[in-house]
Amino acid sequence: MPVFKHPQILIASNLTDGEVVFLGPSGWERDHRRARIARKADEATALEALGKCDISANRVVDVYLADVEIGSDGAPTPLHYREKMRVKGPSVRLDLGKQAGEGAL
Amino acid sequence: MTAVDLRVAQRPNAPMTTYRYDEYDAAFVSERVAEFREQVNRRLSGALTEEEFRPFRLMNGLYLQLHAYMLRVAIPYGTLTARQMRRLADIADKWDKGYGHFTTRQNLQYNWPKLVDTPDILESLADVEMHAIQTSGNCIRNVTADHFAGVAPDEIEDPRPTAEFLRQWSSLHSEFSFLPRKFKIAVTGAEHDRAAILVHDIGLRIVKNDEGEIGYQVVVGGGLGRSPFIGKVVGEFVPREDLLAFLEAILRVYNRFGRRDNKYKARVKILVHEKGIDEIRAAVEAEFAAMDRTVFAHDAEEFERIAAFFAPPPYDSLPATSALLRAAKLETPAFANFVDVNVGAHKIPGYAIVTVSLKPIGAVPGDASSDQMRVLADASERFGFGELRVSHEQNIILPHVKQDDLFALWRMLDAAGLATANAGLVSDIISCPGLDYCSLATARSIPIAQAISKRFSDMSRQRRIGKLGVKISGCINACGHHHVGAIGILGLEKKGQESYQITLGGDPTFSASIGEILGPGVTAEQVPDVVEHLVDYYLAEREEGEAFIDTWRRIGHARFKDVLRREGEDGADI
Ligand code: HEM
Ligand code: SF4
Repeated sequence: MPVFKHPQILIASNLTDGEVVFLGPSGWERDHRRARIARKADEATALEALGKCDISANRVVDVYLADVEIGSDGAPTPLHYREKMRVKGPSVRLDLGKQAGEGAL
Repeated sequence: MTAVDLRVAQRPNAPMTTYRYDEYDAAFVSERVAEFREQVNRRLSGALTEEEFRPFRLMNGLYLQLHAYMLRVAIPYGTLTARQMRRLADIADKWDKGYGHFTTRQNLQYNWPKLVDTPDILESLADVEMHAIQTSGNCIRNVTADHFAGVAPDEIEDPRPTAEFLRQWSSLHSEFSFLPRKFKIAVTGAEHDRAAILVHDIGLRIVKNDEGEIGYQVVVGGGLGRSPFIGKVVGEFVPREDLLAFLEAILRVYNRFGRRDNKYKARVKILVHEKGIDEIRAAVEAEFAAMDRTVFAHDAEEFERIAAFFAPPPYDSLPATSALLRAAKLETPAFANFVDVNVGAHKIPGYAIVTVSLKPIGAVPGDASSDQMRVLADASERFGFGELRVSHEQNIILPHVKQDDLFALWRMLDAAGLATANAGLVSDIISCPGLDYCSLATARSIPIAQAISKRFSDMSRQRRIGKLGVKISGCINACGHHHVGAIGILGLEKKGQESYQITLGGDPTFSASIGEILGPGVTAEQVPDVVEHLVDYYLAEREEGEAFIDTWRRIGHARFKDVLRREGEDGADI
């Protein structure tokens, strides 16, 4: 098992439209700030198990854990630039994607 | 009336300069759409798992990307009719976000389709004889061709009948649907290679022998990606009637010996590299000699049937030069620049080939809005027999424009932001989607292209610099052709940051070469500075008539490396 270094959130793509989603307290959220945060290894394992269930239930695909840091407001921000892109949208089209308030579940 | 005339007559609005589906083709494509609709339904209902569904979706050009699904639509040999271009625009508006991305493989990518809408999109494409088949998977991919096909003065023969001939053969070939890896073929019929045939799995060059007969020089084992190779000649002169048999012989050798154990070693280029071209040639020749060639007996006839679709449009007979054009150039310098840079000679007197750049300064290379697509469709109908081409440089070509019409066309393009006069210049950058869209990316590539483009926004400076191919990929897969850029840029990850490796000396033409690494990676902010220093050094060193690549070849890589090192020591920001 990989060493647990940072808090983590669970990221996936929504099956029907491909939108990036985050596992929240009650279901998938399109806003990463509402994601459930795993602060310990066993919490991360639990998130992953929930993700696997929803893969089987054909709700989401491509599910994985991403490292985050937690801001003063308690909201998570991804650490890696790849996931930073995923929570916003294309950096060359600020008028599109989550950063432009697009998308809904 | 011949069968071809009949089919054309049934479609009055369609020019006959490209292939039209017959009933067989149409049935094949609509069956595939219906099949995919069923597969999507079964996926949504849970009857298919993602693992089961993925191969089906990829076979229909649908990927899952960073922010959404992505649909890749094939534009066979880069030829589009006005009607097809309008349909691409309509799809962008109805099911996507009002734009599309033209790629280096003569495809169009939509960045935001929903899975649930994809069957409708495919149906809408099929209605204009388009599809997304063979844009993905380990099959023979969309066959690409010279975008000046049929109109270039340096051409021996239009390569598109060959490309269509191969497309029909490969589309249906069950033996080759599960190759060890994807397989890409490109064709050129000209003396100058505009289709990068030496960096494809198979490259075909139409040639004439001493007896004046047409045949093919067949090149195998080229490719970019993780391990780039220049293709090698496996057949010096293959007569047309033997072409398919010869290619099947190559594919059988590949199918037999190609490595399926390791994805990174599975391309034919690795086989050619490991065994050597002589051994491969011997194996192909033995296979060719042993195979039953009676099945190919009707190839020549079938080729002629296909070739009839690519008859030239009804050109007017015109004087070789246009007084109107000359006058308009004198009067309007911006137009004169456009003509000098983006307009090329045509094989028919009085006509010209126009490159419409999809690289305005600071724009996303290859992106076109639905409105721009419609302007291009209109322009092609008003000025060019309703035909368009997509180039592997991610630009659009209007292949048959009267010189007399160039000024009116330019005004129309200019009004739509489509008259940037930079074809082939430093800001005509090839860039893959990179980390702005692609889930495999290790770094962004589009913003790098934009920054370089802005740095060289002075168009007169660009013209002074002359031809210079800058090519950018967002990961080692090299979709942005960086290996064959005179200046190539590869985005990587270094210690959790985006980092860019620069190569010099790549060349995609018949004088093909793979670029050499300049030095350690640099940051995104540094890339435009580095490019500018390299360009300035070239300008200082170049001799009369030399392009960047010529100067680099003459004075050598080390000198360019030195410049950067010295600049660094002088405290410049490198
Ligand atoms: C966005 C989704 C894309 C994915 C997932 C993808 C995937 C890949 C992969 C895995 C390779 C390496 C293949 C190998 O070496 O065996 C590759 C190569 C390549 N792709 Fe893409 N690509 C994408 C987009 C594009 C685009 C947008 C273009 C055109 C601009 C393109 C054109 C090419 C070309 C020209 C190569 C290298 C030529 C070669 O195969 O040797 N791809 N791609
Ligand atoms: S080169 Fe890499 S980043 Fe660019 S499109 Fe290809 S796979 Fe994606």
